Amino acid sequence: MPDERKPKKSPYTADRNMPGAFEGETVTRRRFMTATVHGAGAVAASAFALPALAFALGPVFTRQKFDWQLVGNVTDFPTDTYIPRVVAIVAGIGEAGKSTVYMRRRNPAFDKDKPDQYNRIIAISTRCMHLGCPVRYVEAAERFICPCHGGVYDFTGQRTGGPPVRPLDRFYTEIRNGNEVWVGPRYSVNSELHRFSPRDPGEDTDGIGQYLYPARFSTPKK
Amino acid sequence: MRLLPPIPDRLKPAPKRPGTAAPQKPLELVQEAGISAVDWIDERTSLSGGLRWLLFRKVPKGTNWFYTLGSATLFAFLSQAVTGVFLAMYYRPDVAGGAYESVRYITNYAFLGEFVRGMHKWGSSVMVILVFLHMARTFFFGAYKYPRELNWVIGVTLLILTMVMSFTGYLLPFDQRAYWATIVGVNINGTGPLIGPYLSDFLRAGPEFGATTLSRFYAIHMLLVPGLIAALVGAHLYLVAKLGTTAPPWLKAEHKEPELEAKAKA
Ligand code: HEM
Ligand code: FES
Repeated sequence: MPDERKPKKSPYTADRNMPGAFEGETVTRRRFMTATVHGAGAVAASAFALPALAFALGPVFTRQKFDWQLVGNVTDFPTDTYIPRVVAIVAGIGEAGKSTVYMRRRNPAFDKDKPDQYNRIIAISTRCMHLGCPVRYVEAAERFICPCHGGVYDFTGQRTGGPPVRPLDRFYTEIRNGNEVWVGPRYSVNSELHRFSPRDPGEDTDGIGQYLYPARFSTPKK
Repeated sequence: MRLLPPIPDRLKPAPKRPGTAAPQKPLELVQEAGISAVDWIDERTSLSGGLRWLLFRKVPKGTNWFYTLGSATLFAFLSQAVTGVFLAMYYRPDVAGGAYESVRYITNYAFLGEFVRGMHKWGSSVMVILVFLHMARTFFFGAYKYPRELNWVIGVTLLILTMVMSFTGYLLPFDQRAYWATIVGVNINGTGPLIGPYLSDFLRAGPEFGATTLSRFYAIHMLLVPGLIAALVGAHLYLVAKLGTTAPPWLKAEHKEPELEAKAKA
């Protein structure tokens, strides 16, 4: 029953009464033109949008460098209390790039983590692991105390009270030339002092937290 | 086709009485010049139709002072925009101490600097409060219901953008409070699972508060978000004019609709 089939549609836009049709224009030709114009527009828009986006997102994927810094001699650092040292976390921006680090010599009486070349001097970061306020070491209490929301950490930086989610971060340290103490980049730890790449405050390193807050592409390596 | 609202009689130019002389007095001449300038523009743009559409709308009975909260928010935003532009003439987004110094200069030395900065600083709180009051008004009056859902959604976006303005602006004085509040704010943002850490890196332009964090916040605060807010307020107001405002919920329908009632009975 061939004559009962739908009549074949004309390929001309004019025959189909399409708006804006003109003599001799086919549907395919019109589609081609439409696609070309849209494509050209997309290319033109991407030409400024993509570089701008990359510009804004670039720092997320750029690994920062960290310059190891000489902070003193081994004998400057006690074994039973901390002394503060200031290191430049970000170079070249003055005070805004500096951070205080509490330092002492490793003491087997407290330090149960595996000894290696990077923890012969213990360097504790002052960034509170709740939301990043600066903690202070209070000698009388032998504790690190945060002024913001009452975070408290014990002598080794383990959380003992308040909202922080993990122990205080640490910095790699090295003894070079027999006597010089150098401080390297920061790293994070979990409650067993297992090392992680540096996390931001508020990001758990125990349990499911270590998977919810993955390592970043931007943090400096040692 | 629905006709545009007519020009109110008051604004229609009266036809000249026969025998009236051409305008001569300076005041008349100025008036004449004004009218022909407006006519010149209107002939080439047809703007007056749009203006009539926007301004001579019908408003429901019972419209009250609460309906001015949206406009009040808009004026708060305009005030922020104007004072902000002038603050930008003195402000320097320099992390190495220049930002703080430039704000200190504005506050202590620039002529009227303390006043303009005060307008911007207090105005930011005023705007946040007004946004919430306006939101409460539209919520309690049921103005978010069909067909105005999209205007509610645009409103929520405006609320979020207003918060972004507050957050990015807070860093700019670059004093201790600004610095630590931003560290804490970015870290709160970083606690979002999976993408949080990368979002923080995006906000800070790196793994730590760095050399370009301040200029990034400044660009977001003075260029990106104000543009978005202005565009969205335009869409918001277009929908208000298009859909009309809602009557207060305590108002009952005034005209009975006999056909509908008959249908309901049958
Ligand atoms: C930058 C912030 C905002 C500005 C400048 C603004 C401005 C306005 C203005 C001038 C009006 C008309 C007058 C009035 O009803 O008050 C209006 C109406 C409206 N706004 Fe907003 N608004 C903002 C934020 C919001 C927010 C946060 C919401 C809710 C989430 C919202 C929801 C609405 C709704 C639903 C209407 C329609 C009211 C009606 O039809 O009766 N707006 N807005
Ligand atoms: S930032 Fe230290 S307790 Fe909140």
